[in-house]
Amino acid sequence: MTSKIESALREAADRLPDPPGAADALAERASAEGLLDVAYATVDSPLGPLMVASTPRGLVRLSYSEFRDDEAVLSDLARRVSPRVLEAPARVDRARRELDEYFEGRRTKFELPIDWTLTRGFTTEVLRATAAVGFGDTTTYSEVARVAGSPRAVRAAGNSLGSNPMPIVVPCHRVLRTGGGLGGYTGGLERKEFLLRLEGAII
Amino acid sequence: MNLPPFQALLDEHRVAVFRFCVASAGPDEADDCFQETWIAALRAYPKLRRTDNLRAWLLRIAQNKAIDLHRARSRRPVAVQGLPERVSAPDEPWSNGEPELWAEVRKLPAKQRTAVFCRSVLGMPYAELAQLLESSEDAARRNVFEGLKKLKEEWNP
Repeated sequence: MTSKIESALREAADRLPDPPGAADALAERASAEGLLDVAYATVDSPLGPLMVASTPRGLVRLSYSEFRDDEAVLSDLARRVSPRVLEAPARVDRARRELDEYFEGRRTKFELPIDWTLTRGFTTEVLRATAAVGFGDTTTYSEVARVAGSPRAVRAAGNSLGSNPMPIVVPCHRVLRTGGGLGGYTGGLERKEFLLRLEGAII
Repeated sequence: MNLPPFQALLDEHRVAVFRFCVASAGPDEADDCFQETWIAALRAYPKLRRTDNLRAWLLRIAQNKAIDLHRARSRRPVAVQGLPERVSAPDEPWSNGEPELWAEVRKLPAKQRTAVFCRSVLGMPYAELAQLLESSEDAARRNVFEGLKKLKEEWNP
């Protein structure tokens, strides 16, 4: 049984304006009060949309939206970094700018700070070794295993690269098989090829 | 505790929270109520122990923020004393949201106001409303009933 007054209330509610669209205003206030632990936004790229997430310390996650569901990535960040996750495009401006420049061929080195929270132990060593490989250069799985301090852990190095939370910026695409095979890539081999071609490492 | 990303709460409940703020804090304070509610929620969120009733949790925060704003406003007597009732300009967004009806809702005591809004506008189940009001289901029912009764008496379109 619905009374007249209840119908009037419901109709009146339906005609109310939507909440202020300025989601960024809320995110900025949260950031100013130290309550924004993970800021994220989608960045367009020639490899499809990228989900980019930052903490106050730096870039913490980058993923190919077409390859890995954004919702799953954000849930993982909520669990492993902090549940205070908000969409805040202004907070990932620096990453967006550097990625744009990279894809336009105007940047050969990423300079944005990186937050290594999501990596542990050997994986961190492997990814740091990988981060030292320059634009246009390539290396091998066994070489990064050696630089990371465990020359025999070639397969483990491969797994570490496969779990790279920041592809492109930590250039795991520059790691190939000994003998020249492309190896694998989170995001699909065609993306690895695209990046290597962009950098002139393969023709 | 596996909490969902806060943005998921914001996406799911922002419209309900905003409407609640309009109904309980009024059009002039709705934006403040809305932002204060989400900031307070964000602050408390990592320590939340239950996720089975996030809407009730958010609206309880909004209810408290609306009460705070109301108190703060009544402590600023110069701003309102002696002024005529606020009249909505025709091009104001609120004019098509039946401001008179919301004004009557705002005159209700806080619990009745919350109860009437959640029940009539959101169709909230009594069990959830009881959680929000931190009362029994019977008390929640009584708050809805008393609130609607007063509105029927006061509101004549």
